[in-house]
Amino acid sequence: MSETFAVIHAGHAAPGSSAPATQRKVAHRGGARNPSAERIAERFAHYFVRAEVIWGDTNVYLKPEGVLEVVRYLHDDAAEQYDYLVDVTAVEYRDLELPVEMVWHLRSIPYRRFVRLKSPLPKGQPLRVPSVWPVYMSADWLERECYDMFGIVFEGHPDLRRILMWEQYKEGYPLRKDFPLRGRFSRAEQLRQALTQNPEAKYSMEELSIADAFEDLPRDMRQRLAGGERTGE
Amino acid sequence: MGLAPRPDATSVSFDPPSQEGWITTRLDMLVNWGRAGSLWPMPFGTACCAIEFMASAASRFDLARFGMERMSFSPRQADVLICAGRVPFKLAPVIRRIYQQMPQPKWVISMGACASSGGMFDNYAVVQGIDTIIPVDVYVPGCPPRPEGLMYGIMMLQEKVKRERMSDTTLRDEMEPDPSSNLYIRPSLIDEISEPFGNSVHQTRSGL
Amino acid sequence: MATKRTIEVALSTTGLDAEGRPQRRPLVVDGQGQVTTLEAPPSFEPELEGEHMLLNLGPQHPATHGVLRLVLELDGETVVRCIPHIGYLHCGFEKIGEYRQYNQIIPWTDREDYLNSPGNNIAFALGAERLFGVDVTERCTVLRVIGLELSRIMSHLVWVGTTCIDIGAFTPFLWSFQERENIYNLFEGWVGARLTTSISRVGGMAADIPDGWMDGLRGFLKTFPKTIAEVDKMVTRNGIWVGRTIGLGIMSPQEAINYGLSGPMVRASGVAFDIRRDFPYLDYETYDFDVPVGTHGDVYDRFLVRMEELRQSVRILIQAAARLPDGPINVDDPRLILPPKSKATSEMESMIHHFKLVMEGPRPPVGEVYVPVESPKGEKGYYFVSDGTSKPVRWRIRPPSFVNLSAIPKMVEGHLLSDVIAINASIDIVMGEIDR
Repeated sequence: MSETFAVIHAGHAAPGSSAPATQRKVAHRGGARNPSAERIAERFAHYFVRAEVIWGDTNVYLKPEGVLEVVRYLHDDAAEQYDYLVDVTAVEYRDLELPVEMVWHLRSIPYRRFVRLKSPLPKGQPLRVPSVWPVYMSADWLERECYDMFGIVFEGHPDLRRILMWEQYKEGYPLRKDFPLRGRFSRAEQLRQALTQNPEAKYSMEELSIADAFEDLPRDMRQRLAGGERTGE
Repeated sequence: MGLAPRPDATSVSFDPPSQEGWITTRLDMLVNWGRAGSLWPMPFGTACCAIEFMASAASRFDLARFGMERMSFSPRQADVLICAGRVPFKLAPVIRRIYQQMPQPKWVISMGACASSGGMFDNYAVVQGIDTIIPVDVYVPGCPPRPEGLMYGIMMLQEKVKRERMSDTTLRDEMEPDPSSNLYIRPSLIDEISEPFGNSVHQTRSGL
Repeated sequence: MATKRTIEVALSTTGLDAEGRPQRRPLVVDGQGQVTTLEAPPSFEPELEGEHMLLNLGPQHPATHGVLRLVLELDGETVVRCIPHIGYLHCGFEKIGEYRQYNQIIPWTDREDYLNSPGNNIAFALGAERLFGVDVTERCTVLRVIGLELSRIMSHLVWVGTTCIDIGAFTPFLWSFQERENIYNLFEGWVGARLTTSISRVGGMAADIPDGWMDGLRGFLKTFPKTIAEVDKMVTRNGIWVGRTIGLGIMSPQEAINYGLSGPMVRASGVAFDIRRDFPYLDYETYDFDVPVGTHGDVYDRFLVRMEELRQSVRILIQAAARLPDGPINVDDPRLILPPKSKATSEMESMIHHFKLVMEGPRPPVGEVYVPVESPKGEKGYYFVSDGTSKPVRWRIRPPSFVNLSAIPKMVEGHLLSDVIAINASIDIVMGEIDR
């Protein structure tokens, strides 16, 4: 028989707090702030830009380079214990002058709290931001999807490649605002590209080094493999 | 329900130039009856239509009465490819490969709006109808079609199978999509030319 | 609290063979940086020399619950490594959401997690209403709870049926789909659609329940527990079932939280976290129900947790059916709700109001919300960003199955090939939600 785990109860770090209730009449702005925002403002004043409360959620705006440190603090500190990464995503606004905003949703199960971290990435230069994968394993696929849809490179991610579109997808990054809804190529061209793909040649370099698919590879991929490359399709 | 009575599909055509003999027509009827009565489906189920397909196969709308309860997930042993659900471009070569792996005689039922025409997904990712990739015999509209709708489609396919004649050799030709088609439109023209009424491709314009 | 880093498998090229192919053996690096080679589970077979095999499971496969492709590296029958490939059902939901008004997006929410359509619709409406700053009526609140719990039952029934088929038991599939037909009848009577219901609107519901619908619901609630009991009797203490599911795919609570698992996956691993309890919505704190929590974190525990959730959903439904108040179903807000048709065709103001709401759509104030909901798969939430226009700037779907599936390489390492199927089934994935 396998071992039995001890049950972790949500909210166990704050035993005296009242039971949570359904929120009604939530104010647009100016609700109760998450206490973590103050603590971040104290400790990371050089990364902290501002905090605001909108529709009950606390948004903390940070500078991009400090995100990993702040996230690590929020994860490790005993008074914060944000052990659960809900989501990593990005927002591009319709006003194309505005920067692309990275958004992290963090949740603390022991304290039953939720915080949203945001970080603007100015356009006109490559979009890069530190990856939070060293802290949360769930960031692996979430960040890959963000890369696939927006083209944001996550520094420190172990295996950043496209996840929803196929790896040689040439049309661009779909969720950017300059990407038209139907794609950049015509339907006929998209079909042509789709039909000429070989379903068996869709392996990452790592997988190909395993066995049989080696023979199907074109020569340049074999050379890349021999050169020790690990990712790519 | 307002449907005109369909011609009896088992009646023999009297067509002297085609020299249809009595034995050939009886053999045709026997073979077609056998095929139509036991079409083994290859359920290429991707999305919501696959759930309605499973509901058709379940107890209330039993597919076993059509001889189709033996779902063949290997294309080598299947007769009908039922494409149930939306097919994105990443999946297009897969469905094409599976269709090519099926031995003749084979038919295709395109189940649902997304398989027939792209459905509500008129965007960069979805194939606008699998008939652009593989030849389709029966289209079943609906989003998702009710199991009764799917069964109506299956019955239409059975009628189609029964109308086949062995002397018609074009039936078993494998078609390839034409690589030199003239459908190429410059990307800058795509939104304006192909923009249908009621389906917005604008983020900031109001109206539908 | 630092979490223990899980074991990673690293590649090492130990040179090239005659054809230029890299020779490699998988190495294992544990938390302390110690390198050991991966050992196969003890067996009585003689040690054989050979290569590892690359096996492609999918994307078209009867047991992968959709178009999922798992590339497995096998050492005989044992899985050394698993690399999942997704995206075979990516249909651009989030992109389309930026081109549609809020009420127009609701049919798309049906199609992403298509087993739980009413649940998605209601989750969407909750988020959109928070964005508009609107609270719905009492009747609508209770009806939404009914819709959510019926949807949870629907989804868990498919899960029970398909998991049983994957592991080999065919009969529960037929029973569960028959019960699903009963629920389909209820939803069809309510909104006219079986599977993709589009049951909610921003500010209310698509339609109120017809007369006699509650009797249908009560009838269902009387007969459904018998079906759960039958499936229980057939499967839960069955030697084959237990033998095939115990001890597979174990995730400890800390790993489960760190991997972002949610829903029955994380509860089976011993974390008592349910959004209905901890971040409640729709007055869930006023209902009397239990949250089942497992302690072993394996496939069998996930099965037990979901079976118990079925019974708890029945409990909530009985309470909700008893407390349904009368009253209007849609909130009385002219920004959101269309005027009644009789007025719209006779009065000028109502006609203009109707026209503007249909052509332009309701416009929320500038802002953003994220409202999570406990869907049968886990934590589901829609993140809206609004810039004041009638179409969202960003509509993000937080997919529980996506994050749950990312843990599969960790869960199948060292298990046999047939166990991969069982573990994959236990995650309860819906590719529509994963790929969106």
